[in-house]
Amino acid sequence: MTTVTASTDTALPADWRDLLALTKPRVMSLVVFTALCGLLVAPVNIHPVLGFTAILCIALGAGAAAALNMWYEADLDAFMKRTASRPLPAGRMDRQTALHFGVGLSFFSVILMGVATNWLAAAILAVSILFYVIVYTVWLKRRTPQNIVIGGAAGAFPPLIGWAAATGDVATLPILLFALIFLWTPPHFWALSLFVRSDYAAAGVPMLPVVAGPKATRLQIVLYTLPMAAAAVAPWPLGLTGPLYGVAAAALSLVFLVLSLRVLANKATEPKGMKPEKQLFAYSILYLFTIFGALVADRWLLS
Amino acid sequence: MSRPDPLEGVRPAPPPEPFADQVRRRQRQRALIMALLLGAFVILVYAISLVRMGMGE
Repeated sequence: MTTVTASTDTALPADWRDLLALTKPRVMSLVVFTALCGLLVAPVNIHPVLGFTAILCIALGAGAAAALNMWYEADLDAFMKRTASRPLPAGRMDRQTALHFGVGLSFFSVILMGVATNWLAAAILAVSILFYVIVYTVWLKRRTPQNIVIGGAAGAFPPLIGWAAATGDVATLPILLFALIFLWTPPHFWALSLFVRSDYAAAGVPMLPVVAGPKATRLQIVLYTLPMAAAAVAPWPLGLTGPLYGVAAAALSLVFLVLSLRVLANKATEPKGMKPEKQLFAYSILYLFTIFGALVADRWLLS
Repeated sequence: MSRPDPLEGVRPAPPPEPFADQVRRRQRQRALIMALLLGAFVILVYAISLVRMGMGE
């Protein structure tokens, strides 16, 4: 029989900095930004206090989902260099604290969203948290290389929630923004997983580069970039945005496509030869920030 | 202006903080942060209520 004893660190109350780290603040910045853009491009002006509360709830919901993800994946995180220093695998916090923190924050964010804005936005926020935790983390991540294709939907909800918080309904433009992030997620994550493939393999996570190899992954990156670019540009010909956004989306997507073709042309199998993959990963983050920034600029400068 | 410590490097390192003190310190930190967050929450709910009443709800 194995006796488990708490280490000195986990016997201590969790440090507040570790609780903050559970919310993945860096990932949250992209979530908050896209949600804010969804809220700002809505055709209704929301009161600043309610707008602030909506964004706060989306940030807290994203933090709650991240905490529950870390709670469930503590064993996987311990195997990967990128994640081994997180509070749970590093032994600085017990799992129950992370679970209570994540569940409590989830309820808090959804209820506050419903009370402050409307219950449609609260329902979409609840679905996004449940989707990330149950569909992606628990169900898909360890089972299929399509994990981030389907799971990517979880990260695509924020602009939809921002829009719903402002208007109380859902329209074509936020659905296209959802599609854009949904189709952006696979090339973004596969570029990363190509150069940290050994980490995922060590943890037994069936990411596409681990299961199908780098060549097939590089082809899939290009294949997903094409519909992503179409979703990015679509609001312009549909008359939902002006030319400022349309031209910016087309130019930014063209650069994305060029970088993904450079990834396709790369034959390296070791991380040190994967400069195109690292460039695409870095650019993909800049791409999403810039394209959403262009959307807001288009709405506010040209209207 | 402070003088250089002649025993620097010779004096033994201070003893590690006792466990009970570490627990108390972390509890104090968390209680302070919780108090600040609760205060901010009360102000936020107050502001939300004012806005919604102003909207005629």
